[in-house]
Amino acid sequence: MGKKIDLSKYDDHVILGPIVRYLNSNLGILAAFIILCVVLTIATDSFMTLNNWLTILRTVSTTGFLAIGVMLAIMLGGIDLIAGAMIACSGCLVVVCMERFGMNMILAIAIGLVLGIIVGFVNGAIIAYSGIHPFVVTLAMQSILRGAAYLIANGQPVPLYVNTVYPKIGTGLAFGVVPYPIIYMLIFFFLQYLLLNKTKMGRYIYAVGGNATAAQFSGIDIKKVKIMVWTISGFLASFAGIVLSARLASGQPGTSVGAETDAIAACVLGGTSMYGGVGCTGGVLIGVLVIGVITNGLTLLHVNSNWQYVAKGIIILLAVYIDMIRQNKMQARSE
Amino acid sequence: MPKTLVEMTGITKTFPGVKALDNAQLTLYSGEVLGLLGENGAGKSTLMNVLGGVYKPDSGKIVIDGKEAVIGSVVDAQNLGVAFIHQEIALVPYLSVAENIFLGRERMSAGMVDKKKMYKEAKQWLDMVGLDVNPATMLCKLSIGKQQMVEIAKACSLNMKLLIMDEPTSSLSESEVKSLFEMMNKLKSNGIGLIYISHKLDEIFTITDRVCVMRDGGYVGTIVTKESSRDELVSMMVGRTLDSYYTRTFNTPGEVMMEVKNINSGIRLRDCSFKVRKGEILGFYGLVGAGRSELVKAAMGLYPKDSGTVYVKGKDVTKLPTMKIQESGVALVPENRKLEGLILKNSISFNMSISVLRKFMNHLRVNGKKEKEIVDNGIASLAVKTPSRDQRVGNLSGGNQQKVVLAKWLASDPEILILDEPTRGVDVGAKAEIYKIMNELAAKGMAIIMISSEMPEIVNMCDRILVMNDGKITGELDRSEFDQEKILHYVFAEDE
Repeated sequence: MGKKIDLSKYDDHVILGPIVRYLNSNLGILAAFIILCVVLTIATDSFMTLNNWLTILRTVSTTGFLAIGVMLAIMLGGIDLIAGAMIACSGCLVVVCMERFGMNMILAIAIGLVLGIIVGFVNGAIIAYSGIHPFVVTLAMQSILRGAAYLIANGQPVPLYVNTVYPKIGTGLAFGVVPYPIIYMLIFFFLQYLLLNKTKMGRYIYAVGGNATAAQFSGIDIKKVKIMVWTISGFLASFAGIVLSARLASGQPGTSVGAETDAIAACVLGGTSMYGGVGCTGGVLIGVLVIGVITNGLTLLHVNSNWQYVAKGIIILLAVYIDMIRQNKMQARSE
Repeated sequence: MPKTLVEMTGITKTFPGVKALDNAQLTLYSGEVLGLLGENGAGKSTLMNVLGGVYKPDSGKIVIDGKEAVIGSVVDAQNLGVAFIHQEIALVPYLSVAENIFLGRERMSAGMVDKKKMYKEAKQWLDMVGLDVNPATMLCKLSIGKQQMVEIAKACSLNMKLLIMDEPTSSLSESEVKSLFEMMNKLKSNGIGLIYISHKLDEIFTITDRVCVMRDGGYVGTIVTKESSRDELVSMMVGRTLDSYYTRTFNTPGEVMMEVKNINSGIRLRDCSFKVRKGEILGFYGLVGAGRSELVKAAMGLYPKDSGTVYVKGKDVTKLPTMKIQESGVALVPENRKLEGLILKNSISFNMSISVLRKFMNHLRVNGKKEKEIVDNGIASLAVKTPSRDQRVGNLSGGNQQKVVLAKWLASDPEILILDEPTRGVDVGAKAEIYKIMNELAAKGMAIIMISSEMPEIVNMCDRILVMNDGKITGELDRSEFDQEKILHYVFAEDE
């Protein structure tokens, strides 16, 4: 895959450089994505249709929101596992606020988002100040949030009747065709791109993840960077919860178990290094799409949904492994 | 009288359980290179970290440029004109050169990071230090030497008045060291004061104007380099006179213990052959990357080889797995003790016994008594300075860590011992002890292979030297032919 394509000589070019680097670091996953699409286009009638693509994109939007935040945590060499539980918790909270307490919709949404920000902030602060590993901190928080979701919802789904505008957040169509969640997802991806590439905070995330000591010696406040990253991730997870509860017009305390694993898989597929310091927005976007296309394709091929999990796992392992071999080869050549 | 740039007096710093600095002092003039010398754990790095804003001292006074300075953070230090080049490269591998130079001080326009502006400014600083790379290049694509120049460019861009360099040459090749020294002289002539920490006395004599010596966290004295001698510096450092630095009694080597024939491995190793005899120390000299470590690793089955044969005591072991080769009496003490040699989070005892556990297994159980015996023996015979065998290896000094690695491999009773850079990052006192141990082992009939990048130790310790360049053995010299120029001639054999 891409064996003869050596684009590294353009690496330093001002304009071509970023494009080439993007292609170079994502060649494996891009190729996998294209192959998947070609195979599915040939194998099924309905894959390459606008409707199907809108379905895929709408389905992956949740994974997309989550991956944007989780990727930042992974780039610091950490992880964020609260996503699935946060979706349940913020969704239930917003719906309960409107349904049981008769709150105004905007206020309810604000409360849901503030919940995400506070939980993310707390995660970040614990990680930054206590030194407990992010895996442990966010695993514990996941359990707390799942419990909170059931407590808020009184143990069962809360349907929303009082407000008919709220569901539009999840089901509305822009220009009459494009589901809103797709638009949100693209906006957030764009914002993350700006964050990572155009702001100081973005540089600092790369720096802290790549070499924390160097970052510290450069006068960067590592704790602030960590708190910021987990806060963003918490915010995005709560946002995902609001969109999902809007689409379902109910708060579901048991929903989205394991949603974080899809997000993590998308990040890894998109070339984010689990060791930190490496990752790009474009790669993760493709990673998210690959996850969506795999699930969609397997459904179109009438693969039993239980087998879909197995197949997805194998495909992810293979894709990442091939990409790793390719990267190693490139490195060997550049030496 | 030159202008006094920095004056540190009465600096004390205590870490839990350790008094790292005890009334330390230091004076630096502008336009000079001040060597800072001391054994590992003498407090050099701690003192510099106080000046660089990494640590806050418990007490003491720092005067910079005639004004008393309060340094509370790295940023404070930077603002006062203190630049610091740390022992390990303190740059971010996956950011561009320019982004690294301006890390923490990004150039902004309209609230966004302005890469173009950063590239342009970075180019000026790179030109200044004479480094010809594109500022947009990813840092990890540069050699270590170039990365160091990037650090210097970064330091220059900080409007520094003084530059602290903590063992900057430990991973540089000789030509890179040379250009580093040229750079330092240039900075010096611009009135910048440089503090240079190094274990390599040769470098101290080449580059420094004065030397400040520290011991056990305290100040010993400052002397003018030209008026000093190697022996004086060493005795100041260790607080006693070392009877002799290199210990070696030469015997006539016995039979061939290990023979390697025509090893090839891609472009990294080309047709390499060597023999090592009983009671002999065979030295491998060459530049970093010449293929020395790869060659011994290939012989041990730790590095891929395309062809070649390896004999241990006359037996062909080429096809055997590493473990079997070790069992036949070969031990390799790897170059990077932290990466390949030790498990830093575990105790001395754990580390020493890990490779010989099978020796004292009681069926499935580790025989603790026997383990203790072997470990205590190792600690005693190599004089590892530690309060107990349960001490975490990570808490030991570099020299003592190296001794633990040695003890670990000696515990397997090898007849052929391969040492890859055994004295790297080890202080003078411990170095002398390691030489003494090597001498004793050779006298007992062990065949020793030593890979080293330090000319003095290779010339003084070895019976025979093989020089490598670019994957090939380019020369062999017997003790009678040892000559620095001749050796260097072989080092650069292919360039001619």
